[in-house]
Amino acid sequence: MTATGVPGHLTQGSATRGGIGESTLRPDGTLKVTGEFAYASDMWHEDMLWGHTLRSPHAHARIVSVDTGEALAQAGVYAVLTHDDLPAEVKNYGLEIQDTPALAHGRVRHHGEPVALVAADHPETARRAAAKIKVVYEELPLVTDEASATAPGAPLLHEGRDDHHAAHTPHPNIVHRQPIVHGDVAAGRARADVVVTGEYVFGMQDQAFLGPESGLAVPAEDGGVDLYVATQWLHADLRQIAPVLGLPEEKVRMTLSGVGGAFGGREDLSMQIHACLLALRTGKPVKMVYNRFESFFGHVHRHPAKLHYEHGATRDGKLTHLVCRIVLDGGAYASSSPAVVGNAASLGAGPYVIDNVEIETLALYTNNPPCGAMRGFGAVQACFAYEAQMDKLAAALGMDPVELRQLNAMEQGSVLPTGQSVDSPAPVAELLRRVKARPLPPERQWESAGGPADVRALPGGLSNTTHGEGVVRGVGYAVGIKNVGFSEGFDDYSTARVRLQVAGGEPVAVVHTAMAEVGQGGITVHAQIARTELGVSQVTIHPADTQVGSAGSTSASRQTYVTGGAVKHACEAVREKVLERGRAKLGTYHPAWATAELLLEGGKVVTDGGEVLASLAEVLGDEVVDLELEWRHRPTEPFDLRTGQGNGHVQYSFAAHRAVVEVDTELGLVKVVELACAQDVGKALNPLSVVGQIQGGSTQGLGVAVMEEIVVDPATAKVRNPSFTDYLIPTILDTPTIPVDVLELADDHAPYGLRGVGEAPTLSSTPAVLAAIRAATGLELNRTPVRPEHLTGS
Amino acid sequence: MRVNFTVNGRRQEADDVWEGESLLYVLRERMGLPGSKNACEQGECGSCTVRLDGVPVCSCLVAAGQAQDRDIVTVEGLAALAACRTEGGDCASGACGTGLDEARQWRADPARGTDSQTGEGTELSPVQQAFIDAGAVQCGFCTPGLLVAADEMLEANPSPSDADIREALSGNLCRCTGYEKILDAVRLAAARQEGTVSR
Amino acid sequence: MDFLRPAGWEEALAAKAEHPAAVPIAGGTDVMVEINFDHRRPDHLLDLGRIEELTAWEDLGDSVRLGASVPYSRIMKHLRGDLPGLALASHTVASPQIRNRGGVGGNLGTASPAGDAHPALLAAGAEIEAESVRGTRLIPVDDFYTGVKRNALAPDELIRAVRIRKADGPQQFSKVGTRNAMVIAVCAFGIALHPETRTVRTGIGSAAPTPIRAKAAEEFLNAALEEGNHWESEAPLPDSLVKQFATLAAGACNPIDDVRGTAAYRRHAIGVLARRTLGWTWSARERSTACA
Repeated sequence: MTATGVPGHLTQGSATRGGIGESTLRPDGTLKVTGEFAYASDMWHEDMLWGHTLRSPHAHARIVSVDTGEALAQAGVYAVLTHDDLPAEVKNYGLEIQDTPALAHGRVRHHGEPVALVAADHPETARRAAAKIKVVYEELPLVTDEASATAPGAPLLHEGRDDHHAAHTPHPNIVHRQPIVHGDVAAGRARADVVVTGEYVFGMQDQAFLGPESGLAVPAEDGGVDLYVATQWLHADLRQIAPVLGLPEEKVRMTLSGVGGAFGGREDLSMQIHACLLALRTGKPVKMVYNRFESFFGHVHRHPAKLHYEHGATRDGKLTHLVCRIVLDGGAYASSSPAVVGNAASLGAGPYVIDNVEIETLALYTNNPPCGAMRGFGAVQACFAYEAQMDKLAAALGMDPVELRQLNAMEQGSVLPTGQSVDSPAPVAELLRRVKARPLPPERQWESAGGPADVRALPGGLSNTTHGEGVVRGVGYAVGIKNVGFSEGFDDYSTARVRLQVAGGEPVAVVHTAMAEVGQGGITVHAQIARTELGVSQVTIHPADTQVGSAGSTSASRQTYVTGGAVKHACEAVREKVLERGRAKLGTYHPAWATAELLLEGGKVVTDGGEVLASLAEVLGDEVVDLELEWRHRPTEPFDLRTGQGNGHVQYSFAAHRAVVEVDTELGLVKVVELACAQDVGKALNPLSVVGQIQGGSTQGLGVAVMEEIVVDPATAKVRNPSFTDYLIPTILDTPTIPVDVLELADDHAPYGLRGVGEAPTLSSTPAVLAAIRAATGLELNRTPVRPEHLTGS
Repeated sequence: MRVNFTVNGRRQEADDVWEGESLLYVLRERMGLPGSKNACEQGECGSCTVRLDGVPVCSCLVAAGQAQDRDIVTVEGLAALAACRTEGGDCASGACGTGLDEARQWRADPARGTDSQTGEGTELSPVQQAFIDAGAVQCGFCTPGLLVAADEMLEANPSPSDADIREALSGNLCRCTGYEKILDAVRLAAARQEGTVSR
Repeated sequence: MDFLRPAGWEEALAAKAEHPAAVPIAGGTDVMVEINFDHRRPDHLLDLGRIEELTAWEDLGDSVRLGASVPYSRIMKHLRGDLPGLALASHTVASPQIRNRGGVGGNLGTASPAGDAHPALLAAGAEIEAESVRGTRLIPVDDFYTGVKRNALAPDELIRAVRIRKADGPQQFSKVGTRNAMVIAVCAFGIALHPETRTVRTGIGSAAPTPIRAKAAEEFLNAALEEGNHWESEAPLPDSLVKQFATLAAGACNPIDDVRGTAAYRRHAIGVLARRTLGWTWSARERSTACA
């Protein structure tokens, strides 16, 4: 291998046990703190070129002509590619629907769509050459919302659709529509003493991972290509890349490079095909690195949504019915919109028991930026609305908002509007109880005896906007439900290869999966599982690549469950092999080989009574046990297209938050003082990582409550703030203490009883902060993020 | 153009530098020191923080030519800097520090033994060790910049309050951790430095 | 692109005379963003980083001659006494890393209405020392901002320093952003009490095409303070007076709707900031009077 900077084998070799349930440290921690960990943008290859993408300045336009002549003539430019240069029959890609052109073909459908590529010997040369590509556009009418998408004669984003959703959608500009019909809403409404309705708006959030889209493509002698890239799912990338390159999958060898965060934003392709095309055309390695501006156009965002909710309840607070309609803006290409629709629909009622439900959820095709996966995936938008409704209902009933939620809280055995029964612990009421029982943080923390106000503890922070004037505290609660794993009948599996051998007298396990480590700590957990199952202390994590079977995506809170499950499964099989060998080789020396339950512990074969039968060195000698196995969770079913009925989900994850905010009511500035979370994680395989996930997820929810939004100009469908100057994410001064209460109620269907962790805290954090701001201000606030002008009426 | 400067205690020279290049680009692409990160290139995230003549700055906003004759410390030089501080040496003199060859060894030979791959046995500064121990590292992309900023803060203010830590690190964005474990890590490093907590 | 590295001030002036379109770069916190994001490709970058006198300040008796490149972090640390308004404004600039590089000369050179230093300079009273091979002139800060991101500098001039009047009374600076740190101003307000001349001066940022003073508000306040004999009194100012001052300050704004905020909000917020900062400075004056 000539490429350098590829993460090597990561070994955790400590004397400690380091099995599951311990807070073992990251195997990549040292590399990450010394700056040696090789992220995708750190890749380097001698003689490499730099790729650059020319993007559309318009949201919807016909491409009249493209002239690359002058660009190609520039010194230092090696290739300029357009749609006409695509080498294969297949020109499009897409996670589910292949509707996205690798390079625009005759038409651009969103601001920033890739039109042409340049490879040059320096990034500046590539940029200057790209500026010399002459593209003539003829602007087309825009589709920007539901009204313009479904108006008579509306321009169609994709004509002649033949995807499997096309037949059941009411309009070709609707990607997918999922109704849920459960019980009898008319009867429920008739029983309602109180009915509350609301129209809610959820802004477009960006994943804003810090490591920009990057990668290095190296052409190979066999006509194939080696691609080092930051992604969430190597095999899904491969399935989309190879056909566009006109190569068989085995000639596109992918290795995961260091990933600087993902949060859903790397589930779709960005520069993968482009770098490969340039490398194959020039015969030279090509590196592509987006800058922050380009990154805002380089990945899909969280769907903005409009949600209409109607809840009814009896006087004593029992929910009678729910009617809701959720419209998600999927933007110009489908990405994962259909699955986001399925989630928003099936989880649209929240973690509550409601007998009578009608939900309609759909995703639009528009000329807005494409939207797809982001942490929480459809469940986030719904949670914002149904939790606002719970507070509204509590106010209408004169009830405590937490009590109202607890009264209607789902529990094990409850039935979802999809007809699916919840068959593992669902401690919704308990989570709420726990966050409510916490002591409140002290008031007026900015005051110090005799001294001036500490503005760092006040809304506005360092900007020195208040010394306490106008500041009002508010407290709010929220709880949410997220599915874990891929739903709706998807064959959601993972693959693990585990090798056990004795080297230098010491047993060593190697775990090889294609799981994308994006920061979540999956590799830490894999080593822990191997230690627990194989009783060895030395575990090496092989770099993730496509030389092993698919691990599925690092998304949907699924990797510890599914790839963790696959590692456990493979370790168990390896253990069986070891024991088989032991019995064959040494069985005659001790009767326990045949009669006892045998385990591997401390590098030895032991009986369940603790008696040592042999060391692994004695059992294995020079032999290597090496197995690659797939593992899948329980199958799920698709939702019925008319009624939404079906056992669509495999597992649920629940979290509750209490937010304490201080609002400068005159200026509309917010300081979140504390954001307490309680979450059931089934089993914390690594408690330190679990808490880190919960705190990080909570903070992303806080961000979209008070500052984060991609602003798209409705008149032009162009992004107005593609930068970290104007797309703001929380700093350390915006983020409060986040006390976390972790419950471990085992899900018997899951490996070790664990429950996916990553997404649930992102759901309830936003509505809890909103509820707290409402409590402080008395305002209705039906939109997130809340901006100062919403709080001041200006 | 040609630029000469000191990086982590060693004189370095970069040739054929385009005049619009940033110090960050030169460090990453020409010096083989990619530890300083390229997350925003507009001074809004702090991932590229290095010390320029001792002062933390965003290296993405320093034109390469401005680094001429200056002294730069990157995350790759933090351990040596900490060791120097402990020994009371003159850290800016160039007498100590990580040599460029040393710093780029990890990438020069990816087939080296597993120890070099995990960095086990690597000397770490107290703040680096604390980030690992406290779980302050997830994706790690913000980590180098945070470490340089936190190390400098602890040098100037060995027993910071939480508000001091927050203010000193307010120029460093992290998207993974929600900052709680980062605060823990800095508190831990401060406590260890003060000798109130052992390693 | 050429990178000019003058070793001294005279050399820098000569370079600027020879290449009037050369873009001066000191802290780089504006220029490098534009280069990194491909918004600007000047033929010449003129590096002022090697000119030591630009990072020094000098006590001129009743004013401070602040070198154009003195980083904000040093203003915060060393000039809090003489230039309290500017020190407060400096503390709100971006991040610690940016404050270690950026200086007032950059804010003035860019002349963005959102530059944090402007309201403090306007309130304190300042003159910009512009120099070229032709000579030196002092431009009153009130005349310096000529349009959106435009200033009164001639093409061959560089900013050598800013002469800022030392505080003779309390000063405040307050800025609204939608984040608690590292944020560009949605709007900002600076105020300086000048008991020696019995006047109050103000500065408004990000709420008009250029940084401005709230002149009508100042005139109203100066007259009312005189009329009510307030300078002699230790009592807090009457609410009606403060309210009218705030209304007039808001009225001075000529803001736009943009991605950072609405015009209406900016106007509203300037009113709130004017009221609060007047209160803070006035009560600080009471305290200092009481202590004396």
